[in-house]
Amino acid sequence: METVAAVQLKNITKRFGKVVANDRISMEIRRGEILSLLGENGSGKTTLMNMLAGIYFPDEGEIFVNGAPVTITSPKDAFTCGIGMIHQHFKLVDVFTAAENIVLGLEDEGRLDLKAAASRISDICQKYGFVIDPNKKVYDMSVSEKQTVEIVKVLYRGADILILDEPTAVLTPQETDRLFDVMRNMKADGKAMVIITHKLHEVMDVSDRVAVLRKGQYIGDVATCDTSPQKLTDMMVGHAVTLNINRPDPKDPIPRLEVRDLTVYDAMGVKRLDKVTFTAMGGEILGIAGIAGSGQKELLESIAGLQPISPGASIRYRPIGHTEEQTGTELVGKTPLQIKQAGVSLAFVPEDRLGMGLVGSLGMTGNMLLRSYRKGRGAFTDRKAPKQLAENVMEQLEVVTPSVSFPVRRLSGGNVQKVLVGREIAQEPSVLMTAYAVRGLDINTSYTIYNLLTEQKMKGVAVVYVGEDLDVLLELCDRILVLCGGQVSGVVDARTTTKEEVGLLMTRFKKEGEKA
Amino acid sequence: MSSVNNSKEPLLRIAKRDGISRPKAYAIRLAAVLLSLVVSGIFIFSVTKLNPVEVYKAIFNGAFGTPKRSWVTIRDTIMLLCIGVGLAPAFKMKFWNIGAEGQVLIGGIITAGFMRAFGSTIPTPALLVLMAVVSILGGCLWGVIPATFKAIWNTNETLFTLMMNYVAIQLTSYCVALWENPKGSNTVGVINQATKAGWFPSVFGQAYGLNVILVLALTIGMYIYLKYSKQGYEITVVGDSENTARYAGISVKKVTIRTMAISGAICGLAGFIAVAGSSHTISTSTAGGRGFTAIIVAWLAQFNTFVMILISLLLVFLQKGAIQIASQFNLNDYASNIITGIILFFILGSEFFINYRVILRGGKEAEHK
Repeated sequence: METVAAVQLKNITKRFGKVVANDRISMEIRRGEILSLLGENGSGKTTLMNMLAGIYFPDEGEIFVNGAPVTITSPKDAFTCGIGMIHQHFKLVDVFTAAENIVLGLEDEGRLDLKAAASRISDICQKYGFVIDPNKKVYDMSVSEKQTVEIVKVLYRGADILILDEPTAVLTPQETDRLFDVMRNMKADGKAMVIITHKLHEVMDVSDRVAVLRKGQYIGDVATCDTSPQKLTDMMVGHAVTLNINRPDPKDPIPRLEVRDLTVYDAMGVKRLDKVTFTAMGGEILGIAGIAGSGQKELLESIAGLQPISPGASIRYRPIGHTEEQTGTELVGKTPLQIKQAGVSLAFVPEDRLGMGLVGSLGMTGNMLLRSYRKGRGAFTDRKAPKQLAENVMEQLEVVTPSVSFPVRRLSGGNVQKVLVGREIAQEPSVLMTAYAVRGLDINTSYTIYNLLTEQKMKGVAVVYVGEDLDVLLELCDRILVLCGGQVSGVVDARTTTKEEVGLLMTRFKKEGEKA
Repeated sequence: MSSVNNSKEPLLRIAKRDGISRPKAYAIRLAAVLLSLVVSGIFIFSVTKLNPVEVYKAIFNGAFGTPKRSWVTIRDTIMLLCIGVGLAPAFKMKFWNIGAEGQVLIGGIITAGFMRAFGSTIPTPALLVLMAVVSILGGCLWGVIPATFKAIWNTNETLFTLMMNYVAIQLTSYCVALWENPKGSNTVGVINQATKAGWFPSVFGQAYGLNVILVLALTIGMYIYLKYSKQGYEITVVGDSENTARYAGISVKKVTIRTMAISGAICGLAGFIAVAGSSHTISTSTAGGRGFTAIIVAWLAQFNTFVMILISLLLVFLQKGAIQIASQFNLNDYASNIITGIILFFILGSEFFINYRVILRGGKEAEHK
């Protein structure tokens, strides 16, 4: 039985327009094994797995499941083959319970029997060590619980080949460990599993074999026990890379942004930030850690003047060169334009690049214009300077685009990110706020960005870095502020703290809250 | 879990093109036009037993057969174009201004009112300027009301502008009843027929010369405004993403109201041109559905006002042709509408083939270039 691979891909090719996303890829997925699919962004991992899940259809090549050739044209076909994929973005109905979501779309004969479904769900949970309440509504669930529902949904449909697309991106270290335990249980049960991840330590931790893709091509596979993070990186990138972030000591830090009692409610009246107080120093990188949705977005947006702030808060800003005695400028109550007119040079890389930081239908030049279009007298915009800037950014950050007028919406995620980061740094800010600045970037560019941030820090800029990869936060930042449920659960020295300490701070209030 | 073994590839697949060269895109469009002529030719022959070539000649005759017909075609094209140009900034901002019909009517009513009231006291050149200004203000108001509600209370602009049309239509009915001439005709009749006071003067000997000049100037102006001005840039940003606009310090409220003021103003001016420059009367059908047709013009042209000229011309051309074949061959309206429908369908359908490719089973994905 072990001789036949669960899934075998032969010469799979997929093109999007001129871009070859997958170039004649042949590989195997075996039972009783966890396979890590590794590659930089844009290397074609997700595309390849989407062809197994029935989202895309290969242009060329064959797929064999249990040795038999199959055609997968829809997710339904994929399930008939026993293939289930857990996507990065969950596909659940918020107002349904776990059980309702799990049975949704199944065409069983007869009446819908939710009780029977619930007991089957409980069986699955017990077997592999999941913890979910079948009757809990999805909107009441944490991200990790939602993910569990997604996995159980796939198992409920009888899948024995599971594909997990970056499952750990939204989890705390503790939740990640729990997920890995479950995955090991499923492996012991003989299921075949593929995990897509960028985090090398997770690859080393959970997988048995690693397959590497680079620019749409299959580079090869190695047994995890025979390799190391450094070797894997070299395989991914194609040449040797140094994985060290240079972290000089902060340069005469002085308070640049003093945030006091910042409370923010969202449009639905939910408290997103609760009396957040901290100081961001010029000349240092302040990391912000927390589970996704702990108030990171609201924190940055309220500093940028984009969120209504509850009374009693204060955000004091001191420009470069001012001493601690000078009182600085109050930012609360100002619109983004007023903040700018008050002489505050604030650069902001928001999380939602196309939704907030960029104009998707315009080219790079049009997007550079966003920060400078008001310059100059007269009714018309000056496009020369932005065009020059666009060309500089394109060259320095190696943005891949047909021209500076090509709509940025049609660039890949990494390139979109480069356009945004490039523009914001070019403003010569005194405060630089970035939300997930390297999300979607390959390793090389990520390190370019880290270096740019450090360069800004050495210029005396106060850098606020909201990150998701704790390893990077620990290596890059000077101090780390941890958010949990909209509150500051701690500020730690990045040089002395540990991942475990930060991980615990990330969930500190949550457990207390659940008991109450 | 039963294992399936259906190794059949789907017959047709659709893939997005990565961009297409300009000549190739035009070749596809041309092919679509030719194909539409062939298909409607088959339709014409099989249903009416007429010679398709004769029918096509009639269509052309209907639009350009005589100098007078040509000028009517041009006049109607210009009218549609003017409203399309007015809608361009609103739709570029993704503000669904369905209210052009009403904005045109308001401009028309005001123009007709001034024409009646001051036709004998104010000299025509001054009266024309005055009527242009007040009709612009009227259309402007009709556009600003829904925009203000949207900006402040986030009301749905599609419904709001649509309902403003009905208010305008009722106002027009009221004015028609008020100004009825002769009594009992239920129309206003031609205003100042004898004195021609407040009528557009003929330019270069053409009655509609001034219409063409005014609207072409607007067309060029709007192109420059949208493409090169700071305000035009703000419209693009707001239309793309309101959050990005706020991020860049653009006041979405201000831009929304300002842009709808401009959009409504141009539509109001269109009402002025319709009354003072062409019909010299007012009725509920002065806008004649052009406020809706112009939405198609604006979107098809992707807000490029020069492309709008072509699209307005095509729509008016087909409409005039349909009327001609209906009367010349004794066809009913449906038959001629089907023919214009077929032609439009193919032209619009060609955009699909410009953006996507269809791959047959077993076909190679590689593009043949």
